[in-house]
Amino acid sequence: MEFLAAIGRAFFIFLEATGRLALFTSRAVSHCFRPPIYFALVGRQMIDIGYYSLPVVGLTALFTGMVLALQSYTGFARFQAEGAVATVVVLSITRELGPVLAGLMVAGRIGAAMAAEIGTMRVTEQIDALTTLATNPMKYLVAPRLVAGLCMLPLLVVVADIIGVFGGFLVAVYKLNFNPANYLSKTWEYLQLMDVVSGLVKASVFGFFVALMGCYHGYHSKGGAEGVGNATTNAVVSASILILVSNYLITGMFFSK
Amino acid sequence: MTDLPPKIALSGVKKRFGEKVVLDGLDLTVGRSESLVVIGGSGTGKSVMLKCILGLLRPEEGSILVDGEETVSKTRGEREKLLRKFGMLFQGSALFDSLKVWENVAFGLVQGRRMPRLEAKEIALAKLAAVGLGPKVGELAPSELSGGMQKRVALARAIATEPEIIFFDEPTTGLDPIMADVINELIVKCVKDLGATALSITHDMASARKIADRIAMIYKGRIIWCGSRDDIDHSGNPYVDQFINGRAEGPIQMQVRAL
Repeated sequence: MEFLAAIGRAFFIFLEATGRLALFTSRAVSHCFRPPIYFALVGRQMIDIGYYSLPVVGLTALFTGMVLALQSYTGFARFQAEGAVATVVVLSITRELGPVLAGLMVAGRIGAAMAAEIGTMRVTEQIDALTTLATNPMKYLVAPRLVAGLCMLPLLVVVADIIGVFGGFLVAVYKLNFNPANYLSKTWEYLQLMDVVSGLVKASVFGFFVALMGCYHGYHSKGGAEGVGNATTNAVVSASILILVSNYLITGMFFSK
Repeated sequence: MTDLPPKIALSGVKKRFGEKVVLDGLDLTVGRSESLVVIGGSGTGKSVMLKCILGLLRPEEGSILVDGEETVSKTRGEREKLLRKFGMLFQGSALFDSLKVWENVAFGLVQGRRMPRLEAKEIALAKLAAVGLGPKVGELAPSELSGGMQKRVALARAIATEPEIIFFDEPTTGLDPIMADVINELIVKCVKDLGATALSITHDMASARKIADRIAMIYKGRIIWCGSRDDIDHSGNPYVDQFINGRAEGPIQMQVRAL
């Protein structure tokens, strides 16, 4: 009986957490559309998420593209299919690796920062202070971050796609002695609009999840420095899991026949 | 003579967190332009009482009237309008780290009242001057200030919108006695200048004696004594006597757990 009770307890805790997250999400999303909208704060978050994440996302994309070219070349060489390297690189980057790696890197950088900042504001009563100054914290803190996450990750992914393909190009041309013009023409030959669009849709969803998890865990943090630390960890872990699960679901929506 | 309702009236307010009952049928009335100080030990429900009045926490039972208007059942939007009547000085100051000092002071004017920033900055600098801080301080970040200066900025922020009601949550905690007295005097001056109603919570008796018209003592989530500041030394209440004299012996038993 104790065993069943433990399962029941865990199930109710799960339901409670899911309900709380659903309510938080619906409130936060509704504040994205209801005035007043804090455009300056949205802009500041866009710079934080987009501009300041460029180096880490760019570097990740560059080396991923380079490794991809190297790996696919060594693999395809066994079947005399080296000509497919450019296609594999561009499709892997635009469809999967660009959005997923950018999402995970931004989750580590931005999701953690959001959770830490909002969590610190919670435990130092700054969020209560916002309320007493007749300012809704959901509108002031959460909504701008959600909008910025949703809008900026696709832009980051466009940059990551270009840098990733360029990384593959560098390795192919300077290390594997591919003809540059031939490599570029192969890159374009099999790339379709849907490959890029699916990646950008994924990026929007991932950006939303990263911001949502950062805000949610920060907003509900308690217990001082330890609570803020837990919120930061939970924000990164939950955003990463949501990115990986939703990546599969969106891929299924776009590409399963 | 018009018979105006009290500024704040709490009756039968109950609030619990899980099994722990924090407010247990609390009754309290604060008159117009009165300064009431609620004293009590740590964990007796002082801060929870303030948060219930502000709507940051919702009580399970009881009534909270502000200007005769019930607030417990108010929607979020209605509550935002009601909060324009309030200013609050938080125990840890709760200044926004990401904003400059003057932006902190002007926050309620810019965000809550949609005032243009330049106009709000002028008011913020005037309020900073009122608490003894110059315009150069306005350009600093809160983290560059000492604890006493942060409290002064928090006071300037609390009075910037000229609220009808001001709450002071442990205004002198963590300050040296001289700075604590400076803050107490500023509180008295600011509240008098605004003609505001003040509700403070503290366990600093020097502070209570300085800023209160009336003092109430909270114990186990209930008001157990309420009277004029001058009556506190001969209240005839053993709990009050023990608290104001800071004695370990008496009816209030501190819960000390063996490790």
